[in-house]
Amino acid sequence: MTTEASPRGVGFDRDRITHLLADYGVYAAIVVLVAVNTALAPHFLSVDNLRVQLFQAVPVLLVALGMALVIGTEGIDLSVGAVIALASALIPLYLGYGPWPAIGMAVLGGIASGLVGGSLVAFARVQPIVATLALMIGLRGFAVILNGATAKPVNDPTILALGLQSWLGLPAMAWLAAVAVAFVAFLVRRTTFGRQLTAIGDNRPASALAGLPVRRVLLTVYLISGVLAAFAGVLIVGHGGYADPANYGLDYELAAITAVVVGGTPLSGGKVRVLGTAAGALFMQLIEATLIQHNVKSSYEQMVEAVIIVAAVYAARGRAAR
Amino acid sequence: MTPPIDTARAQDNPAGPSAIAVETPRERLLARVQQQGSTAVLVIVVALACLFSPGFADAGNFQSILVGNAYTSLLALGMTFVIISGGIDLSVGSVFALGGVLAAWGVNHGGTVVAVLLPLVCCGALGTVQGLLITRARLAPFIVTLAGLLFARGFLQAMSNEGSTTYLVPPDSALLALGRGVWLPILTAVVLFAGGAVLLLRTRFGQALFAIGGNEQAAVLMGLPVARTKTLVYTLSGLLAGGAGLLNAARLQSGVTNIGVGYELTAIAAVIIGGTLLTGGAGSVAGTASGVLLLAVILNLIGVHLSEYGSSASDLVNGAFLAVVVLLQTVLTHRRRLP
Repeated sequence: MTTEASPRGVGFDRDRITHLLADYGVYAAIVVLVAVNTALAPHFLSVDNLRVQLFQAVPVLLVALGMALVIGTEGIDLSVGAVIALASALIPLYLGYGPWPAIGMAVLGGIASGLVGGSLVAFARVQPIVATLALMIGLRGFAVILNGATAKPVNDPTILALGLQSWLGLPAMAWLAAVAVAFVAFLVRRTTFGRQLTAIGDNRPASALAGLPVRRVLLTVYLISGVLAAFAGVLIVGHGGYADPANYGLDYELAAITAVVVGGTPLSGGKVRVLGTAAGALFMQLIEATLIQHNVKSSYEQMVEAVIIVAAVYAARGRAAR
Repeated sequence: MTPPIDTARAQDNPAGPSAIAVETPRERLLARVQQQGSTAVLVIVVALACLFSPGFADAGNFQSILVGNAYTSLLALGMTFVIISGGIDLSVGSVFALGGVLAAWGVNHGGTVVAVLLPLVCCGALGTVQGLLITRARLAPFIVTLAGLLFARGFLQAMSNEGSTTYLVPPDSALLALGRGVWLPILTAVVLFAGGAVLLLRTRFGQALFAIGGNEQAAVLMGLPVARTKTLVYTLSGLLAGGAGLLNAARLQSGVTNIGVGYELTAIAAVIIGGTLLTGGAGSVAGTASGVLLLAVILNLIGVHLSEYGSSASDLVNGAFLAVVVLLQTVLTHRRRLP
């Protein structure tokens, strides 16, 4: 993981500790959680249980990867949940042409949404939170109109396989997620695009003055986020066997933002932690699983989540940004 | 890697030539469109609807539009203050639901006074805590209020046995008088909006809000009580949301638990459509009122003409509408800026 020397606070012990916590806290927290769970219930480390956890965590993880890139540019993408709904509405609509065209159309839906959101942010300079809020409200309405209010069954074996099958003991979707993590990590760390992305997140006017292709990078970032959310939608349809745009993807934007923030990516942009984000998604899933296993009611689980979010941001706080 | 040009951020605030106080007539016109556009669109939409939509121009229909939005409009009122201060409050939908549950719980566990005070105190306190986290711990408003959204929702679920218990307001309770009839809810909203406008335009607090939203560092340097004002804004938003929930529970005679999901988005949309800038520093209570009414009228029209699609069609229209409005706003406010 690239740990960057923080521009502020070097020399203050307290600051250094909070920075360490922000950077590596999520890994430590996962280790602690797994240890506690294994001590309390030995079957926790069983392959079956891990598989169940992965099935739950992977869609959020995919969405969170795109969200991490967007947040790295000091933006936010609230439309991801609606893109999941749109993807799930498009699949049964085009399933008549075969599974791959249907998946292709779902991804096209994600691309279209990313293009609209990205253009609003990059060219019209609309604030990301409103641009994607408009998409979030509008796209879900559109998806429900496309599909009708009732869920449609999806019986195509290829799509179901993506959501249910296991390869080499791990869910197929976990392998896909691993590929996505590797791809995004490569993008951020080893490509010019990644450098440009963090530079823009750090200081957009300066990046523009330095001649970086600000608009193109921003547009691409929202595109990637849309595509990843659409993929998550395909996997959710495959796992559930239904296309239900009225209910799929609700609150995914919150879960994804939480995963990104818990993973140590600051909301103020300029830094993307890809592995941290993946760990953040797994951590939130583990917390939920732990609390459910010990019969903690979902209401308390929600309150615990709220406290974790605030604690994570407090540890990772940088400049106060929206 | 973080390039070591962090100081350049200080120049982020537009102090360039475009911010000079001299206004050309064209700029004045654009500013007017931005401030009063929503009222103009509202008048046009209502006029068209009266002409072409049978049954719209009916006193009963107007009444139902106004009453149906009287309480939720209070969320937008609180949001106006928050957004003018440069923040955002995502928790209002959950706090609205929490206020209702607390009121209905209170009336069963202590009487009318408890039912009125409990939601106001709890929701105001929740708002204050969020405000303190934002101002003292310097956390981003977006994420703090997101956590507030989860916390308030979890809290009300815990109070109501995971939503399975709905506390009812006894039919002989004095609390019911708060939400009875047609005119009382409308009057409540009108009075609170008028009070909000006075607070924003005629008090030190309101003027400090504009200064803080416009340029927080400058407001600090001017010696304004920035932290206190910003904290109060979130307290106010929590109070309004909790109070709206209380009134709503009095009207519905119960503390409905699954209400309020996504109301924060509608409130933000109404505020922005009303001409308040999401960047802070500019906005008006009157604009928010016309934003709320505009969304309500559109929802009403869709209910009549596109009822087969239900609320999805209104979501689609609202989303598109919001996009157009922010696009216009951005075009009107930041011309000539770097990409």
